[in-house]
Amino acid sequence: MLRLTLRNLLARRVRLVMSGLSVVLGVAFLSGVLVFSNGLSTTFDRIIHGSTPDAVVRAEVTESFDGGYSGQTDRALSPEDVARLADLPEVARADGDVVGFGMSLLADDGTLVGGTGAPTLAFNHTDRPNMAGEQALLLDSGRWPQRSGEIVLDRAAARAGGYRIGDRVRLLAPFGALERTAQLVGTAEFNGGGTAGATLLVFTTGEAQELFLGGRDVFNQISLTAAPGVDQERLASAAGGVVPDGFEAVTGDQVAEESEDAVGTFLDVISTFLLVFAIIAVIVGGFIIVNTFSILVAQRTRELALLRALGAARAQVTRSVLLEAAVLGVVATTLGIGLGLVLARGLAAVFRSIGLDIAGEALDLTPRAVVTSYLVGVGVTMAAAYLPARRGARVAPVAAMRTDVVPERGSLRRRTAVGAVLLALGAGCAAAGLAGAPGSDVAWIGVGAVVWILTVAAISPVIGRPVLVVCRALFAAAFGTTGRLAGENALRDPRRTGATASALMIGLALVSTIGVLAASLNASVDDVVDEQFTADLLVQNPTFQPFSTAIGDAVQEVPGVDVVSRQQWTSATVRTGAGTERSVTVAGNDAAFARIYALEVVSGDASPEGAEAVLFRDLARELGVRVGDPVDLGLLGGTRLHLVVAGIVDAVETTAEVSVPLEQLAAAGVLRQDTSLSVLVDPAADPAEVRDAVDAAAAPAPIVGVYDKEGFADEIRGQVNQLLFIIYGLLTLAIVIAVIGIVNTLGLSVIERTREIGLLRAVGMSRAKVRRMITLESVTIAVLGSVLGLALGVLIGVLLQRALSDDLSSLGLPLGQLLVFLVVAVLVGVLAAVLPAVRAGRLDVLDAIASE
Amino acid sequence: MPVVAARAIDLHKRYGTGAAEVRALDGVSLEVRAGEFTAIMGPSGSGKSTLMHCLAALDTPTAGEVQIGDVTLSRLGDKALTALRRDQIGFVFQAFNLVPTLTARENILLPLSLAGRRRRAEADDGWFDTVVDAVGLRDRLDHRPAQLSGGQQQRVACARALAGRPAIVFADEPTGNLDSASGAEVLTFLRRSVDDFGQTIAMVTHDAVAASYCDRVVFLADGRIVDEISNPDRELILERMTCFG
Repeated sequence: MLRLTLRNLLARRVRLVMSGLSVVLGVAFLSGVLVFSNGLSTTFDRIIHGSTPDAVVRAEVTESFDGGYSGQTDRALSPEDVARLADLPEVARADGDVVGFGMSLLADDGTLVGGTGAPTLAFNHTDRPNMAGEQALLLDSGRWPQRSGEIVLDRAAARAGGYRIGDRVRLLAPFGALERTAQLVGTAEFNGGGTAGATLLVFTTGEAQELFLGGRDVFNQISLTAAPGVDQERLASAAGGVVPDGFEAVTGDQVAEESEDAVGTFLDVISTFLLVFAIIAVIVGGFIIVNTFSILVAQRTRELALLRALGAARAQVTRSVLLEAAVLGVVATTLGIGLGLVLARGLAAVFRSIGLDIAGEALDLTPRAVVTSYLVGVGVTMAAAYLPARRGARVAPVAAMRTDVVPERGSLRRRTAVGAVLLALGAGCAAAGLAGAPGSDVAWIGVGAVVWILTVAAISPVIGRPVLVVCRALFAAAFGTTGRLAGENALRDPRRTGATASALMIGLALVSTIGVLAASLNASVDDVVDEQFTADLLVQNPTFQPFSTAIGDAVQEVPGVDVVSRQQWTSATVRTGAGTERSVTVAGNDAAFARIYALEVVSGDASPEGAEAVLFRDLARELGVRVGDPVDLGLLGGTRLHLVVAGIVDAVETTAEVSVPLEQLAAAGVLRQDTSLSVLVDPAADPAEVRDAVDAAAAPAPIVGVYDKEGFADEIRGQVNQLLFIIYGLLTLAIVIAVIGIVNTLGLSVIERTREIGLLRAVGMSRAKVRRMITLESVTIAVLGSVLGLALGVLIGVLLQRALSDDLSSLGLPLGQLLVFLVVAVLVGVLAAVLPAVRAGRLDVLDAIASE
Repeated sequence: MPVVAARAIDLHKRYGTGAAEVRALDGVSLEVRAGEFTAIMGPSGSGKSTLMHCLAALDTPTAGEVQIGDVTLSRLGDKALTALRRDQIGFVFQAFNLVPTLTARENILLPLSLAGRRRRAEADDGWFDTVVDAVGLRDRLDHRPAQLSGGQQQRVACARALAGRPAIVFADEPTGNLDSASGAEVLTFLRRSVDDFGQTIAMVTHDAVAASYCDRVVFLADGRIVDEISNPDRELILERMTCFG
């Protein structure tokens, strides 16, 4: 049997290649994603370990706050603290660090360098070692800065900015005067390889102190190197004894772990996101395998019957087919893994273009990627081939004697009945989700959606029949006999047509669900912006990073500007009613805030004064506080703010969960910056002129944008659409696999119908008409898949929008996009038919009518 | 002088090269006369099917010419040959004659609908009705092949071959898969179409009974014509066949 199996494989290798292709692509995506995410985390690990010393002295609660977005504290360590630490016997050396956030690098033409996700890190240069004893920063070219006014950049940033050693580099400061310059004296990078896309700005200690610590001779952290024979624990505990209040000493390992956790969460999101699409591609590939093996088994009915007649047991025949599937799976997976490496490099290139640079050496095949790929690739192939294999084994031996074999078709009735039950089950899940059953509404609907998609795929022969009938009528009317034959061919084996169309259906259902959600998001954003954007102009950074107050000062000076309200956002920790600590967003608003924005008051007063705070309703409930109660905020740097609740309001987008007067933040030691400026224009002034002037005032700081209501909505819509197109791109692979399935099925069915096509050619059907017939069949399949997929996808999208109606307040139906998808499906059908149609047209009439 | 419906002029058909060369046709010249029922007989390997394929524009000879009416086939491209098969030639094969997804009526009218002539054929001519009644399948017109017996399917194929009033009908072992009763029905119908409608039919067969329906029997052996008899009866044919055993 083994020999027979292998011979069969070789004989049919052409037929198997196409079906194997779908597994190759699915596995390539999967292994590519696994290699890529491994590369991502390796790169970050190396950088983190390469730059962390044996121990670090820093302000308490630093770890809870993300770099820069919460602002910076004015708490600092003095040179005396450094000396005291250096004196400890456990300490070999202590170096003061100045770490600055929020500075931006400008290219020499004034555009922003970086700023699309990867941070800009500024610090002073010390030649302190990392925990491996090596230099944390490695000089690439030139030299380190030796006096104020000199700077070292990382190599990629220097190139992006068009700077060479000796050039004056343009910088945007987060405090005080906006524009600074410095002379580029060298380029560097982290000891660990690259910077993962971050921009490095290295100054002398003195200049860094001037830029970020108000010119005081202080440091915001201290790096400690252990004396020989001292481990990190001992070092940290010894140091802990001499650090000032409000500061702590932590081991380098702990710092590295915290950084890795923080980065890890972010990387996990990316890799899970990509993995989902890889799994989808693999599942679609599985559908193709089921279909292909069904066809192949049906074509070999006589041969399998012969085996049975000669005495092969059912299990033996099943195993033979499964073995074929296993071999196919192994070969396809191996090819897929190779292709996956290429894909991983492609993904790295995509991420590099948005600023995340993955070191090339980190893109290696990991054992985990290889093993997972084989398990999934071979497993899916064999699982998919199982049912067709069993069906093949059930062929009656007597079928070998018959010359015209019509493979028996079990009735579709049972499948329809089961399908109806499953559809009802799915509907029940969706209804549960909408009615607010326990657990996440979205999860309920998601489960219902998955059940529906799989069920519709299984019963597509029945559900899709009306579509096929309509197609047949249309084509018969438009293309005469050729069209009629095409329609009939699609209808004659509804199972096969349905199975082929199902793969495309899954892809299109996902695409249209996402499309509906994105359109709804855009519509909802429009609503929210419409309602809450009550300023005339908004000035802020697209990623909400805080910026220097100098910008607001400049805007204030613009003639025709009536009111400028400044807002600074940060975060804080609070203790909830249940006794746990959680972090909240805090907005410091100035007095002008109430002149521009209205808040819906639930109780108390909307405008806090002095040591007061206004809370969102949900937060107040969670904390168990009412108007008049005290609330305690822990801010970065370790200071605590003791405030009284002045009011409770409905949630809005214009302020944070906790609103306090702007001065409170400064009083807590948060360095003064702006996160958002809201501008009201004098009604007597010319709006266009004022707008131009404000644009000009903000122009020196390309990290912020000036938006009016429409511009702001456009900006958000742009970001949503960007994400949407990335998702579409990721789904494209699944759709490509589905198309391969159509090509495959058509090709096999042409081979199956060789005699029939020969007959048609003999009685006078031209090659062109034969090609057209195959093409129309393909279009029928594609239309079936897309009609079912679009209908299902829109339905699921609408249900999800209802479940998410808090965030997605209105429904958007992207009818234009859906129409485009349908048209694309028709084109896809035409394209998929090219190869099979040409082959059908080229069938030699004589061979065809003489063949068995 | 009777009109010649199809003519083979010194046909050669060779496969393979050198020691493995097979000569399916080794210089065959033949005239199929109009209005006649001609049988081409011979043992297996004699080249009778190859001869028919060449005559019917399904295959091209290695050397020699084929003419259908006045048209020389070697001068025609694939498109023209296809059109010729559609308009001037009718086919009946041994099996797999019908398109399974079309009804009997649609199968009969298939060549015409491919030519765009279907509606006219159904509407004006009584020819369609004549042919359908002649094969005796009026009550089966809307059935699909799966619902017809083997004999009925062959009769539908015959009706299709005649529906377009072609210059010549080629039948390749039309009764090979049928029992004697059904076979007799088909052969009777073919005979009648020659007698009553003046159709020209060339039939390849190895069955002496089938050949006895014909006006003329041509014998092939080893790629050459070796004998020919007119107005044969069964015994005569059998006698001649044993000569080439």
